[in-house]
Amino acid sequence: MTTTLAPGLTTPQTHLDRFSQLEKTLLGHDVPSIARLRRTAIARFGEIGFPNERNEDWKFTNLGPLLRTPFSLATGEAGSLRAPSSAIVTSLRDALVRHRELVEPHLGQVADFKNHPFVALNTAFWPDGAFVYVPAGVVVEEPIELGATVSDQGPSLWYRRALIVLGRGAEATVVEHYAGRDVQSATNAVTEIVLGENARLDHYKVQEEPPRAFHLATTQVTQECASNFSTHYIGLGGSLVRNEVRVVFNGEGSEATVNGLYLVRGTQQADNFTVIDHARAHCASHELYKGVLDGKAKGVFNGKIFVRPDAQKTDAKQTNQTLLLSDDATINTKPQLEIYADDVKCTHGATVGQLDAEQLLYLRTRGIGLEQARALLTFAFANDIISRVKVAALRARLESALLEASHLPRLADTEDE
Amino acid sequence: MLEIRNLHARVEDKPILRGIDLTINAGEVHAIMGPNGSGKSTLAGVLAGRPDYDITEGQVLYQGKDLLEMDPEERAREGIFLAFQYPVEIPGVSNTYFLRAAVNAIRKHRGQPDLDAASFLKLVKEKMKLVKMSDELLKRPVNEGFSGGEKKRNEIFQMAVIAPRLAILDETDSGLDIDALRIVADGVNALRAADRAMLVITHYQRLLQYIVPDRVHVLAGGRIVRSGGKELALELEDKGYGGIGGKE
Repeated sequence: MTTTLAPGLTTPQTHLDRFSQLEKTLLGHDVPSIARLRRTAIARFGEIGFPNERNEDWKFTNLGPLLRTPFSLATGEAGSLRAPSSAIVTSLRDALVRHRELVEPHLGQVADFKNHPFVALNTAFWPDGAFVYVPAGVVVEEPIELGATVSDQGPSLWYRRALIVLGRGAEATVVEHYAGRDVQSATNAVTEIVLGENARLDHYKVQEEPPRAFHLATTQVTQECASNFSTHYIGLGGSLVRNEVRVVFNGEGSEATVNGLYLVRGTQQADNFTVIDHARAHCASHELYKGVLDGKAKGVFNGKIFVRPDAQKTDAKQTNQTLLLSDDATINTKPQLEIYADDVKCTHGATVGQLDAEQLLYLRTRGIGLEQARALLTFAFANDIISRVKVAALRARLESALLEASHLPRLADTEDE
Repeated sequence: MLEIRNLHARVEDKPILRGIDLTINAGEVHAIMGPNGSGKSTLAGVLAGRPDYDITEGQVLYQGKDLLEMDPEERAREGIFLAFQYPVEIPGVSNTYFLRAAVNAIRKHRGQPDLDAASFLKLVKEKMKLVKMSDELLKRPVNEGFSGGEKKRNEIFQMAVIAPRLAILDETDSGLDIDALRIVADGVNALRAADRAMLVITHYQRLLQYIVPDRVHVLAGGRIVRSGGKELALELEDKGYGGIGGKE
């Protein structure tokens, strides 16, 4: 399934043409609901097209380099799925055959393709994906790991898709890995998450794309009553990254923790966009995003919080902290709170700064050299997010990666004592 | 060990030190006393390499080397230790990690191999007793959430582990109750040695009842206006800074 495009700017028409060409070969073309979904999505994309800088939500991110690259379509396999026996963990291809009644009510219903061109494209073109279903009342202790391998090695565009559904009172941990194509590739990823009443999900996304890769992703979550969702995004790679996390409280008494960390240098661009929609009363959200920027890197943080008219007793807290390690790195940070209820608690705060001079001096007066002192303080800033990762093996791996990236020795033996 | 000659320093355009002369030999404990604003902390900062000061005149020789030419980390590796008046909190870096990084940086400078985990731990356990540090404080991030007394104890604990040649204690007694003061003083006294010098900077005579100095200097207006033996501290207690040439 490979089509090569003529070099030059990718226009919306290119994608429409490609869809007409491929429609009959796409997964689920013989399943009416899926075929309809794909057609609706591509039609909507045709109406909205690509965003430009006049679009407030895309103001600081230049999509030019992405749109100028001619990509073939990659086919991928939802690989390295580690499946516990008490839950369904499989490919969407398999799920459409064996669990269609579990897939159809949710696929394409959570991630809003009507107002998002990249979600629309993904919804039109996804070649396969991962499906996780944890039945009501089932608690899965082991983390469910979602990785994937791509078969194409040329500059290709890969639509990755995941659907994660937790039934009433179910509990699980899901880790999504994005890594490893050492070419100028693009990933367009959509993850849909549905939490039933009183369900609990700890979600992690580790993005370690190669330095030239484009990564555009949306994780969209809908939460029923008394459910608990936490997500940690760790972004270490990519040349142009747009990572969106969108949470909608669809039932009262729910809680969401939305944390993120990104490290960029060189000419990397990282755009983090989050939306937390307090559509129901008595919900709490906690959000902490941290960025470390070096070189000429650019960062964007856009954090929207909506508190709807009936969402009384909302408790929302948003914090965005950015460390600028060079004079040429830039960050645009934009908290956006729209509050339509009157009995709520909402706070937000953004800090942008350099390493603390007094902390640096303190380390140096103990014999630690300037470079190591800077590295240590940068590590400490970033590790604040890593240390919140509850999966021990993942936490240790990320901490090692962070120490290595900071050229710091690993002194685990004293830490563990 | 340390020879300060005619040292002048300013912050921005304001002269703070205006001609300090002071010689400290190995094995000696010197106290510098003086009212607020006399330049005590500036002197400590200049010796440790704090970058906020402009040295306009004078010289500092440490073990025969030009101290003012060295970076703060170089001074530390050469054996100078400053116990901060306001120890700095470093969230995200555990006390153990921090201290081991420091010890190994200093060892590397001396051409010694890194201390392995077991030896480091043995050293730490031994020195913890000196200032009654708990395991819990050791594992916590550096000074984060420590009480004032715990922070000062942590300074002395670090000093014990690092074992400097010249220790400068900048108002280590300020803000301590009598029990904490005794713990800190006992720790300092245990570290007195024939090959180690100490410079104890304080506003109050109280500390010098516990850490008995060989020499006492009174700093006023950026100069040493009186020097004497330990009895000078008592005289100060009696007459106040105004009574002996300094301003209150």
